[in-house]
Order: sequence, then structure tokens, then C-alpha cells
Amino acid sequence: MTARIATITSGKGGVGKTTATANLGVALASAGFRVVCIDGDIGLRNLDVVMGLENRIVYDLVDIIEGRCKLRQALIKDKRLSDLYLIPAAQTRDKTAVSPQDMIRVVKDLKPDFDWVLIDSPAGIERGFRNAVAPADLVLIVTNPEVSAVRDADRIIGLVEAEEKGPPKLIVNRVKPEMVKRGDMLSTGDILDVLAIELIGVVPEDEIVTVATNQGSPAALDPRSRAGKAFREIARRMNGEDVPFESLESKDGFFGRISRMVRPGGA
Amino acid sequence: MNFFERLRGERPSAQTAKDRLQLVLVHDRADLPPGKLEALKDDLIATLSRHIEIDVRKVNISLTQDRHQQRLVADIPLAPSRARRRGAG
Repeated sequence: MTARIATITSGKGGVGKTTATANLGVALASAGFRVVCIDGDIGLRNLDVVMGLENRIVYDLVDIIEGRCKLRQALIKDKRLSDLYLIPAAQTRDKTAVSPQDMIRVVKDLKPDFDWVLIDSPAGIERGFRNAVAPADLVLIVTNPEVSAVRDADRIIGLVEAEEKGPPKLIVNRVKPEMVKRGDMLSTGDILDVLAIELIGVVPEDEIVTVATNQGSPAALDPRSRAGKAFREIARRMNGEDVPFESLESKDGFFGRISRMVRPGGA
Repeated sequence: MNFFERLRGERPSAQTAKDRLQLVLVHDRADLPPGKLEALKDDLIATLSRHIEIDVRKVNISLTQDRHQQRLVADIPLAPSRARRRGAG
């Protein structure tokens, strides 16, 4: 096996990077891939609680880097999926405890044993971001349909392109289709217009995600969850499958129908 | 935004968001914030005024973007009095 390395990043905090990482990990592992998720947010460890593995942590990423444990000892096995693992972030250190070279080395050691390595990047554009992106061969940028989040995504796209990581792909998270229909939320089309980047997924706002996070059991495990379904589709696209984008936000209200009658093919 | 707001011709807030976003991104990408652009405009007016009479109030400098090309667009009307004199002469 030679793992592919995907880093999930955003620039702005709170857009759902950690949720996306946990859900993509679950979705990929459910589909039969061997997956390890690395929490790259040194000092603000969170991926462990979103995945529900906080009680199993003994060693962390910095312990591996500083030689206090073997790589294998810091790999935490998921409770539900036998092919899913987590390497948690250190909680009592900061970003300077890790360098981009350290990340590249750790990931290189993981590569033979996995199909996918997912790295949850911290917010911001400093050291932690650089560490998370250094080993990546695929960068997924998470944004929300808000001016501030899209602006930060644009900044990140520029930085990723400068690192010559290949074109990053966009996940639009927490879309409220009703608000988009009313014209009160940026649509995915609006966002793609200004960012000029390839889309890999659109995730609707979904209360099940909140409940899932409360329980430490990612929504991608729940067949009823619309967000979970969106993450499973992203996982399939990551593996090269051509999964059509379902229109969450078609303007098929009264006005959509009217404008199409008036202007066939429009709306 | 509801039916009546549309009838009244109100702008959807998403459109406002998109316009604001496009403007802020043009400035971000060029690393030229609006305040700096204003300073540049003042310098430009001062320089040009040493050579030619311009209609200072109507000068318009803006950043635009088409695809990957960023452009600084300057619209600098000449002062009307001068244009008349030249035309008459």
C-alpha cells in the first residue's frame, strides 16, 4: 500500500475542518480503505473528541516526533471501524514542537500501511498550517457560504498553489438550501465564481452533525444524515469516482419555475 | 427574502455578499488595500497635474480582475476649460 495524503484546511476557524476530517476518515474506512487521521492542531487537540476516541489516548504526535514512543504505539484504533486510526495532537505543547520536515517524516513512515492519511490542519496560515500541508498530495479547503470564510479560502488557495501542491479542491460546508433559495445565502455557484477552484463536495447544514459530535460518533456513520451522505460522496470522489453533484440548492421555487418558463434553460 | 421584497425590487443579501466578496478579493490578491489605492490616486493626480490640467473630482482609479489578470484601471478626464481652449484654438 502507498497511502495518498490529504490535508483538510481552511484559513478561517470554525468552518468544520475537524468535522470534515473525522467524517471523511469514517467514510473512507467504511468503504474498505485503511485510513489514519492526524490531528495537526498541536495545543488545541480536538479530532479525538469528534471521533469519540479521547479516552484511549496515551501517546501523541509530538511523542512520536521526539522519540518517546514508536509510531505504532501512538496509533489509536477506532471503536467502530477496524481500518480507521487516529494520531492525536499534543495538548500541552505548541506548533513550534513540530516542523514541516517532522510531518513529512511521520507521514512517510505511515505510507506503506495505509491507503489514506488525512491531516486536520489548524486554522490560520502560520506554522501549524505549513506543517499540515507539507506532506500533502491533495489539499481540501473547507469553507462556509459566508464572506469571511470565502475570503480566507481564497488566501489559502494562493498559499497552496505557491507550495506547488497541485490544485486544491473545495468543500462548501454548512449550506442552508432554504436560505440559498431565498437569495439570503451565497450559493455554491457564487462561491465557485469568485474562487475559481474545483468543487469536491457540498455539505448541507445538518443537526445530526451536532448530535453526532456530542456523542463522538461522526455523522457519516448515520445513514439518515444528509451531511453524512455528502461526506461519503466526497470520499468516493477522492478515490476518483465520478459522483454527480446533487443540487441541494436549486432555485426551484416559484421564481425558478417562472424564470425558466420565461427563459428556457435559464434560472 | 420573500415574494414582496422581490416585488419591491430589494436586492437579495446573497448578491450583496457576492459583490462585497469580489471587491475585497481583488484588493487582497493585488495586496493593495483601498486606502493605499486612494493614496496612489492622490500621487497620480499630483504628478499628472504638473503636466496637464485634469478634472480632479472625476478621476476614478479602480482594480479589476478578469480571469487571472489583475488590472489597475484609471479613468482621468481632462479639465473641461482646457479642452475648450484647445478646441477653440
